[in-house]
Amino acid sequence: MLAVFGASAVEMVEALTIVLAAGTSRGWRSALEGAAAALGVLAAIVLVVGVPLIRYVPIDALRVVVGALLLTLGLNWLRKAWLRASGHKAMHDEDLIYAKTVEELSHDGPVRAQRDAVGFAVAFKGVFLEGTEVVLIVISLGASQGRLGLAAAAAAAAAVVVIVVGAIVARQLSKVPENAIKLTVGVMLSSFGIFWVGEGAGVHWPGSDAFLFVLVALFAGSSALAIPWLRRSAPAPIGAVG
Amino acid sequence: MSAAISRGLRAFGRFWWEFVVGDTPELFVATLVVVAVSFALASLHVVPVVVVPAVAVASLLWSAARGRVRERPGA
Repeated sequence: MLAVFGASAVEMVEALTIVLAAGTSRGWRSALEGAAAALGVLAAIVLVVGVPLIRYVPIDALRVVVGALLLTLGLNWLRKAWLRASGHKAMHDEDLIYAKTVEELSHDGPVRAQRDAVGFAVAFKGVFLEGTEVVLIVISLGASQGRLGLAAAAAAAAAVVVIVVGAIVARQLSKVPENAIKLTVGVMLSSFGIFWVGEGAGVHWPGSDAFLFVLVALFAGSSALAIPWLRRSAPAPIGAVG
Repeated sequence: MSAAISRGLRAFGRFWWEFVVGDTPELFVATLVVVAVSFALASLHVVPVVVVPAVAVASLLWSAARGRVRERPGA
């Protein structure tokens, strides 16, 4: 569930930046309604897709599909985190994203006093798109362990933590060590992915579930070796991007 | 009506393609290879335990090395 919590936290930081920008420039009511509507749609997707998966799909088939999906996501997160940590890709800068979003929204016409469609749409889109990856991870990890409720609760807890911290630190979300969290979650998703693909395919992992620790160590060790190796050929520092 | 459904399906397909494959098709292919190797070697006991994770890590290293060149400014 740590993987769900971490993934949700990373994506929520990105979503919260967009909601803060929409709220500041287009009004809080519409931005918060947009964010709440997106969270509602994401929760409905977890229920509609996740529950039938657990009940009706054979466990081995589910593990292969879910494992493959987690492995694809995990390898992508790790690749991005390696390239960012080694200086080949600019770090994700929440301050810059915030400034860009506010700037873009300021050109979208006058703000309406009651409900602002632009603010609603931007907040909805931001939360929905960032949340889709979390929904996939919640459904994947929850369904294959038969703990959909717990996985959803872990994601919700991360969202609450990020919202509370975001409300306290306001626009200092760039202080969140996003790349380190992304790296950790990437290691976990890739390890779970390989483990479940193997389980579903009939591979007998030595030590059963304990082999997950070996896979985690393998990906963590690969990261520890790969990042310095990639850093050796890093170009001059790149400016942060959104 | 059918045009709207067709547009919706295309958008849905595009979304998933971007989401799963995106700009790193090599990692998607690597995942398919991991699945295929797992099924092919499942009965060989120790072999898949070594080969399957090795395929994943090697693919990741290769993809990161490619990204290093591709994402360098001016490259």
